[in-house]
Parts: sequence; C-alpha cells; structure tokens
Amino acid sequence: MERARSVFLRDEEIGLREDHVSQHGSTLARLRRDIGRLEGDALSFGKEGPPRVTLGHDEADATLQGGLLRGALHEVFTSGAQAATATGFIAGLVSRIAAHRPLMWIRQDFSERENGQLAMSGWCELGLDPRAVVTVRAPDVEAALQITADALACDALGAVVTEIWGESRHVDLVASRKLTLAARGSGVASLMLRIAAAPSPSTAETRWVVRAARSPPRSSWQGWGAPVFDAQLVRNRHGQTGQWIMEWNCDECLFRDASFGGPATHPQPMAAAPADRSHQAAVTLQRRAG
Amino acid sequence: MISALNDAATRLGLEPGLPLANARAICPDIAVFDADDAADAKTLNDIADWCDRFTPLVALDAPHGLLLDISGCAHLFGGEVAMLKTICDALRRQGFVVSAAIAGTAACARTLTRAKPGCIVAEGQEAAAVAALPVFTLGADDAITRGLRRAGLKTIGDVAARGRHEIAARFGADFVALLEQALGVRDAPISPRKPLPDYIAERRFADPVATDAVIAATLSRLAQTLIASMNRDGKGARRLEASFFRTDGAVRVIGVETSLPVTRGEIIDRLFRERLDALADPLDPGFGFDLIRLAASRTDDVVAAQRDLDAHVHDSDEVAALIDRIAARIGGNRIVVHLPQDTHIPERAMLAVPAQHRFAAATVAAWPVRAEAEPPLRPLRLFAQPEPVEVLADFPHGPPAAFRWRRAFHRLALIEGPERIAMEWWRLGDRDDLTRDYFRAEDFDGARFWLYREGIHRREVVSFRWFLHGLFA
Repeated sequence: MERARSVFLRDEEIGLREDHVSQHGSTLARLRRDIGRLEGDALSFGKEGPPRVTLGHDEADATLQGGLLRGALHEVFTSGAQAATATGFIAGLVSRIAAHRPLMWIRQDFSERENGQLAMSGWCELGLDPRAVVTVRAPDVEAALQITADALACDALGAVVTEIWGESRHVDLVASRKLTLAARGSGVASLMLRIAAAPSPSTAETRWVVRAARSPPRSSWQGWGAPVFDAQLVRNRHGQTGQWIMEWNCDECLFRDASFGGPATHPQPMAAAPADRSHQAAVTLQRRAG
Repeated sequence: MISALNDAATRLGLEPGLPLANARAICPDIAVFDADDAADAKTLNDIADWCDRFTPLVALDAPHGLLLDISGCAHLFGGEVAMLKTICDALRRQGFVVSAAIAGTAACARTLTRAKPGCIVAEGQEAAAVAALPVFTLGADDAITRGLRRAGLKTIGDVAARGRHEIAARFGADFVALLEQALGVRDAPISPRKPLPDYIAERRFADPVATDAVIAATLSRLAQTLIASMNRDGKGARRLEASFFRTDGAVRVIGVETSLPVTRGEIIDRLFRERLDALADPLDPGFGFDLIRLAASRTDDVVAAQRDLDAHVHDSDEVAALIDRIAARIGGNRIVVHLPQDTHIPERAMLAVPAQHRFAAATVAAWPVRAEAEPPLRPLRLFAQPEPVEVLADFPHGPPAAFRWRRAFHRLALIEGPERIAMEWWRLGDRDDLTRDYFRAEDFDGARFWLYREGIHRREVVSFRWFLHGLFA
C-alpha cells in the first residue's frame, strides 16, 4: 500500500512542476484524504494530522470523544462583558487545532471598537505564536461570513476564526451550513466567536458558552495565575454536553482541569457567618461578600 | 481681467488679459463668469483620461494643452491623418474647441496648433513648417516675444537665422532650447501623466458593450493575452489595472494587487471578479464601453522554484493567493499581519502591516519570548484609545478597590501592581505625556482588566485620572 501511495504522489509532482501550484493544492489534499480513507490509519491524514485534536482537559476530551473535530464548525458564545475571556478560550482552541500553520482571524470592525483589538503581546504571553496570525478587518457581518467561507476553502490554513459582535440576521442556519460544508471540504476548522449574542439554530459541531472563572485562591503576594475559564459545552453533535472549569496552561499550551471542589464554585476566603444571628441574616452577609 | 472668451466676444474686439471694466465699457451687457482653475484642470485631466485610448503616453501641457506621443500607434487608427481627424471630431462632438497638429517634436506640434491647426509635418520638415510663423506661436514669455519683435525678428525663421549665441545672450538658454525643439533640431521627451505599463492588452468594440457577462468574458480573454506576452519574458504581474472607456468619454480605472507575481489568467480573472463584485460604486456602463484595456503596471520576474510536495512553500503560495483575493475584495489595508516593535509602550508594541506586502517578513519576525511559568502580564485585547474609568480606592494613592466602566460597576478581588511604564522622553511627541502606573485586576466574576493611572502624584499631576487599557483572557 505504501508503495502505491508514493507512485501516486510522484505523478502529482510532475503535474505540479508544469502547472501552477494552487490549483493542485485541493487536488493534492483530496488525494491524500482518499488515500487516508483507503488505508484507514492516522499516518495518512497528511499535513492536516488526525481528525480530532485533544484539548488536554481529560473529562472534556472524553465527552468530545477524543477531542475537537477538525473540518467542522465550532461556536463559542459569550456575553458582551466577557469578550476577552472568550477570545482567550478560542485562542487556546485554535492553537491546539492549527498547530503551527497560518491562522486567519476575521473580525468585524465594530467588534474591534467595542472590545479592543487583538494584542499580539498578550497572544505571546499565552504561549501562542503571533507570527502565524493573519487578521482580517471585515467592514460588516456579511463580508466577514463571505471571507470566512473563502478562507475555509484554502487547505493551507490551520484554522479560521470569525468574530462577530451582537445578533445579526446574516448569521443563520444557511450561513452556518455553508461554513460547515466548506470546513468539511477542506479539513480546516472554522471557529465562530459570537460576542453578546444568544445561541440560535445552527449546524455547528460543538457549541460552547464561556465565562470567566475566578482565579484559584493563592497567597496574596502571588497575584493571579493562568487564565481560568468556565466553559459550558451546550451542544455536541456526537456526544454529551458538560461544564468544566478549565485553566489554560501557557507553558504547555493546553487546557488543564482547574475545578477546585465543585464545578462552578470556588471556596473563596470570606467572612464567617456569625453564629449568633438568624439564618436569614447570614445569607445576606454571604451574598454581599460573594 | 478676462481669462477666456467665446467667439461672439472675440468679434466685439475683446481679448484675454483685458480688464473687466474696459470690457464692460466696450460692451455693457456681456455675461461674466468667474474663472475656475481647479475645474479647468480637472476637465483637462478628464480629457487626458479619455485620450488614454489612443496612446498610453499622454502628458498635460497646462493650462489648455495635451501632448500625445503617438509614435508607433498611428497605424492602429488608419494613419496620422485619420487619427488626427478622429481625435478632433470626437472632441468637437463633446463640445470642445480643438486645434491639433502632428509633428516630430512636442514643441513643434505645439507651435503649429497656435497658427496652423490640423497641420501634419513630415519627419525632418519641422524647420520649414514653422519658419513662416510669427514668433508668439512659440509660446515663450511675453517679454521675450516683445523683445524679439522689437529686434525686428517677426517670424520664427528670422530668429532661426540668427546665431544661437546671440539669441542665448539676449533671451536665455531656455529660449534657445525651445526654439531648437520647435525647429526639430533637438527633442525633449514629454513627461507622461502615468508611468508606461509594462504590458498592455486591449479590446475595442464596434458596438459598445454593457452587460456584465461580456465584460467578464472580455477581461478573461485579455488576461490570457497579457499572460501569454508576459510568459515570453518570464514575468508575472504584481499590479494590474483594468480601464473601462465609456462611449461618453468617462474612464474608470480599477486596479488589483497581488503579493506574488501572477502567471495564470484564471487568477487575474478571479481577482477582478472579486474586485468588481465588491465595488462600493459599481461599474456604471452608461451607454456601454467601447474599449476595455488590461495593463500590468508592475511586474516581477517569476522564479521557477522547484516545489517540494510537502514543502511549506506550497502552503504559503496558497495563503498568498487567498490574501490577494480578500485584499481585492475589501482592500489591502484590511488584511494585516503583525510585526513586533522595539518599544515598551503597550500600544506601540505591535505594528499591523498589509499582509500582501509583508506576509513573508511577519512569518520570521522575532517576538519577545515570554517568561516560563509566569501568568500573562500583557492583555489579550487592547483598546486603541484607553477608556476613562471612575475608580474607588481604599486610600487616596493606593491601588483601586472598584471601578466603573461603561456604566458597569466592577469590584476587584485581586490586584497586582503597580507596573510603571514611563513614556519615551527621547521622542519629540512624547515629552508631555505622563508616566503610567499599570495594575492588573480581577473582579469578583473572574474578568481581568488592565488599568492604569496617569501621572506621578505631585511631580506630574495633582489628581489622578484612571484608564482601562486592555482586557486579559
């Protein structure tokens, strides 16, 4: 089988020299995929690597049945106030998926005004590589979606992120279907960052709702640690949903479990409820503290 | 002062340069309009655009003239006589008064238009053609013209008969140069408005075309022609311009740029389709286009590199092609890569540059390395303009305890800082900027902020102002 494959590729190489390259990019990828399907082993997925990418968080990976699927659409929703947190979460996801291949971040102009631009110094601080990032400032949602669909057709990219602020009638079932098909065709992951929007029907493979989680308690001189996310998987086409507190490990570039005790609450140092007060009074005091 | 007038006014004996009061005295009911030099210049430019259909070398001869270098293209229009007639007729139909001439040098042709419009001078006959013309037709300064007349030199032939050094001593070397050019002894190149494109392909239509399908088909055929001629020289196009000449004289030029030299017609085709689709003001064919031209205004040598199969050269080629397509649609400045800058001022640490030109540079840029095992010290999202916030502190010059941003109140659970960032005093513009003390803060929801207070207490400011500069993940 291995021999047959090399013969295949040599023919292709001759074609490449004579003709222009970009037309053959897709042909090459298709051939590779065909061979991969025939051989059925992980080695022959070519440059795209295996179809699923682990996040590093064991429980989440188990729920996702081995990790996040390439060549599919993934959505991340967040409230307007927590845009940066979701940006960090999605940055972690794409760096897992894209490895070291170029990454296209398509952003609507309005989102830049509302949430600030992507700062590459911060990107470095997360342990990610800013050299691979190409940023596109799309004038509006329609253009952003159109460019995303275009970019997804290019299998040289590692991943495409589309950042859209607010609700838009352009982001509907048809649009998500288009992106899903494009992503499936090329094997490039499409990630959609929806800031200040409510989930609507779509053909996404997974859908996440991300909020910031409190830093784990440390000694006061230590300040804070790595970014911590409260990631809720609200849709998973091929498995169950779940909710985890994840920490992005900037050194190893993967997500780690960061739940200390319960899934959504942290033990925070707070004033002890006075023993001599009524139960009601103690509750209000705790609320104010937390 | 009268700057221009019509035939009726000329018949009354008025002439340019006459004070308006005198003109009114001659004819009390003349209609007067203010001269508008800007509009005149624009009209001349528009006519020059229109003239691009005859030759790519069109030069402005302000204020009222155009010079067309028609070397080698007269035969395309049926010879010089027919070409001159075509140009003059077309301009007259549009309502202009034209006087034109063809000669071996620009100065000679210009001289002829002033006295013998429509004259075509054969090669080497320039001196004979202008000899009998009065000296003012040379278009030299009034003082020179007057001087020549006073010296009894009434025609160009008279002047030419004198020794050059005599003329130069009295009227200057510039006038001698002008004279020799008019006589065809010496030639000066015209300076065309646009650089001559390296490769041109064009198509004329007997019947104007207006439908998108025909325009697209024409463009792709022109692209094939262009590519074929570039291929012969081993060149590829970096910038392409499509010019659409409308029947009513309007010309629309649409350009696309590429990051790698293009050697395939399909790519050109696709780029133009993207560009035309995305035009804010769509191509308006009006009554149709009678000429469509495709020009490669910048070309590069194509390096036929050996492509390895799994090489990443191939990948970056594809990404470059994608970047070109997106740039054609939304503009090259909207698709950017980032370069590190050697500065500690946060908002200047990153430079966004067009991906089309600097993609290769960005992939090898050296970014500062982060410290191992440190939490992020710089925010992931940075505001271009730091946003003012109201801060509550536990004690006057202490770290913030809570702040209000965009009407939301954030109580802070964790705070780190200050990290002092001083402005770059060696830069001229930064002298007056204040030192900033940055704090990293986390509120009770877990959201993380990068706040700073401006100024050093008592040394720079009396009371602090606080800003939110960025958001951490």
